[in-house]
Amino acid sequence: MTVTTAPVETDTALSLHGVSKRFGAVQALKDIELDVFVGEVLALVGDNGAGKSTLVKTIAGVYSPDEGDMSFNGESVNVANPAEAQHLGIATVFQDLALCDNLDVVGNLFLGSELKHRWALDEVEMERQSWELLRQLSAKIPSVRIPVASLSGGQRQTVAIARSLLGEPKVVMLDEPTAALGVAQTAEVLNLIERLRERGLGVILVSHNMADVMAVADRVAVLRLGRNNGVFHVSQTSSQDIIAAITGATNNPVSQRAARHTQGEEA
Amino acid sequence: MTTSSTPEHSETPDVLEELLATLPADLQDERLIASRGVGGAISVFISKLRSGDLGSLPVFVGLIVIWGVFQSLNGDFLSSRNLVNLTLQSAAVGTISIGIVLVLLLGEIDLSIGSVSGLATAILGVGLTQKHWPLAVAIIAAILAGTVVGLVYGALYTRFGVPSFVITLAGLLGVLGVQLYVLGNLGSLNIPFTSPLVEFAQQQFLAPALAYGLALVAGATYLASRLAGRARRSASGLSTTPTVVLSVRAVALATLLAIVVFVLGQDRGVPYMFVLFVLLVVVMDLAIRRTGWGRDVMAVGGNVEAARRAGINVRRIYLSVFALCSTFAALGGILAAGRLAAVNQSSGGGDTNLNAIAAVVIGGTSLFGGRGSAYSALLGIIVIQSISSGLSLLNLDSSIRFMVTGAVLLLAVTIDSLSRRSRAAHGRA
Repeated sequence: MTVTTAPVETDTALSLHGVSKRFGAVQALKDIELDVFVGEVLALVGDNGAGKSTLVKTIAGVYSPDEGDMSFNGESVNVANPAEAQHLGIATVFQDLALCDNLDVVGNLFLGSELKHRWALDEVEMERQSWELLRQLSAKIPSVRIPVASLSGGQRQTVAIARSLLGEPKVVMLDEPTAALGVAQTAEVLNLIERLRERGLGVILVSHNMADVMAVADRVAVLRLGRNNGVFHVSQTSSQDIIAAITGATNNPVSQRAARHTQGEEA
Repeated sequence: MTTSSTPEHSETPDVLEELLATLPADLQDERLIASRGVGGAISVFISKLRSGDLGSLPVFVGLIVIWGVFQSLNGDFLSSRNLVNLTLQSAAVGTISIGIVLVLLLGEIDLSIGSVSGLATAILGVGLTQKHWPLAVAIIAAILAGTVVGLVYGALYTRFGVPSFVITLAGLLGVLGVQLYVLGNLGSLNIPFTSPLVEFAQQQFLAPALAYGLALVAGATYLASRLAGRARRSASGLSTTPTVVLSVRAVALATLLAIVVFVLGQDRGVPYMFVLFVLLVVVMDLAIRRTGWGRDVMAVGGNVEAARRAGINVRRIYLSVFALCSTFAALGGILAAGRLAAVNQSSGGGDTNLNAIAAVVIGGTSLFGGRGSAYSALLGIIVIQSISSGLSLLNLDSSIRFMVTGAVLLLAVTIDSLSRRSRAAHGRA
C-alpha cells in the first residue's frame, strides 16, 4: 500500500531512481526509488538484511551503485567517495559515531576541517562556533573542553550529529542514532532530529525502533529484501501497517503476538 | 569561586535567560560546576588531581625523591658541576626521545632509534674524517639518512600494514648492519676537538647575561601570548583565566628558569646543546598542540577510523611521524658523536634505544596512543640521567643502574595505568 499524494509545495533534496547494488550473487538493492524532501524526516525501516545499511552507504558514497541514478537538488550526481558526498552536502552519522575519545568536543567537532589563525589552530573561534552550534541545537553539553570519553551516550550522539552539520549539509543521514541510548537520551536525540527538520534539512533516519519512527518521522520508506516495499505518511498510517510492510505479510510474528494478547485479555 | 548558580524554580524564564546571558558562553550549562577567579583555578587543579588526571606531577615528585635520595647519599650529586654534566648527558638521548613521543602518540613504536642514531654518527664520522666533507654537508647527509630510514618505515607500514614493532625490529638489525658496513674496518674514528660540532657539544655555554635574558624572554613571551589569547577569548564571549593567575604563572616560569641558570652558572653555565634540546621540545610541543598537523596526529592516535572518515590523510600522518622520529634519532646521534668526539661500532648501541623509549614513558606519554606531550621527553630523560649519574657517583656499576632504571620504568607505567583507571572512573579518560 503506497500513499501517492505528494507533500504540498516541497522541494526534493535527494532523489534516487532505479538504484541497484549487487554483492556477488546477492542482490542487496534492486530498483530502489527514494525521495527526500527539504525539511522532512524520512524514516528508512526494514528487517535485518533488508538493505538499509547498503542504501545508506550507497548514498554516502561508500559503495557505488551498479545501476540507477541519484539526483541532488534536482541535478544528477555521481558520488564516488564519502568526501564527495560530504562536499555535495550529504552528511552521514554512522552508528559507531567515529569520535576520537582523547580529543575534546571542539577537537571532534572540527576534526579534519580545523579553523586556522595564522599558522596555528584557532581554538577561540572554534570554541565560539561550537557553542553557537550546540546552542542552536539546544544541545546539553556541560563543557566543550572535556574529552568526549567523559560524555554520556546521548551527548556523544549529539556531538556526532552537530559535527555533521558544520559543513552546512542539505541532507543528514542518521544510522540507528538511538540504538544504544536510554529513555531520556533517546528523547534528547529525537528533539535534535526535529530541530534539524526545522532548520530545513532533509533527514534520513534509519531505525529499528517503531516508537521513535512514529514519533519524529514525516514519512516512512520500507525496504524489504532489497526492494521498495511502500512509502507511508506517518499521520495516515498505523505502526501495524508499517510492520506488515517490513515483514511482508499481515500475518507475521508481531501481529500474531498482538492477536494472542488480545485473545488472552478477552478470555 | 563562584558557582554558576542553578536557577531556582520560582524564577521566571526571563530572569533565568538574563542570568545566563551574563555568564560566558562556555559556562552557561547549568550542570557545569563552573569555577572562576583565582580560587577557581586552584580548585580545578585539586579536583583534577583527585580524579587521577595527574599530568606530569608524578614525574616531578619522582624527580624530587630521586634527587633527595642521591643528595643524601653523596653530597656532590646536586653540585653545579654534576648538574651541568647531567644536562650535557641528557641532550643527545633526549633529542632521540622527542621522536619517540611522536610515534607513541600514534600508538606505534620505533625500536630502531639506537641503530638509526648509530648510522647517522657513522656517516658523520666517515664523512668528516675519511671523505673530508665540510661539517655542514656531513651533518645534513647524516640527518637525511635518518629521514630516509623513517620514510621507508612509513611506506612499509602504510602500504603493507606490517606492525611497526616488527618493521622497526627488522630495522634495528638492518640499520645496525648498514652502520657497520659504512664504518667498514675503520674501527673507532675520532672527530678532532677543534671541530665546531665537538666544541658546540662540549665546550660552549650561554653567557650569564644572555642566559638570564632568555629566562626573562621566556616568561614575557608566555605572558604576552596568554594575554593575547585571553583578549581574544573575552572578545568572543568565552570564559577567561584571571590575569593574576597568568602573571603568577609567567613569573614562576621566569623564576624557575632563572634559578636553573643561576645553579648551572656556578659551574660552566647552561650548555648550548641543552638549550637546543629544550628548544626542540618547545617547538614540537607547539606543533603537537597548536597546529593542524599535531591535531591530526592526536586524532589518528585516538581513533584511526574516525580520523580517516573525517578526511584526514592518515597515510601522510604516519609517514611524517615515522620520518620525523628517525630524523630526531639521527640528530641525537650527531649530538652524541659531538659530545664523545668519537664514532665507533657501538655508537647508538647499548642502552641508547631503551633509555630513549623509557624516558618518554616515564615522562608520562601513554604507550597506547593519543595521550602525551613533548615535555615528557625532557622530564623523562632528566629522571633517567639522574639515576644513572647518581649511581655512578656512588661507584655502583651498570648492573645496579639497569635494575634501578628498570624498576623506575615499571613504577612509571604502573602509575600511568592506575591513573588511567581513575580517570576512566571520573570521566576524564
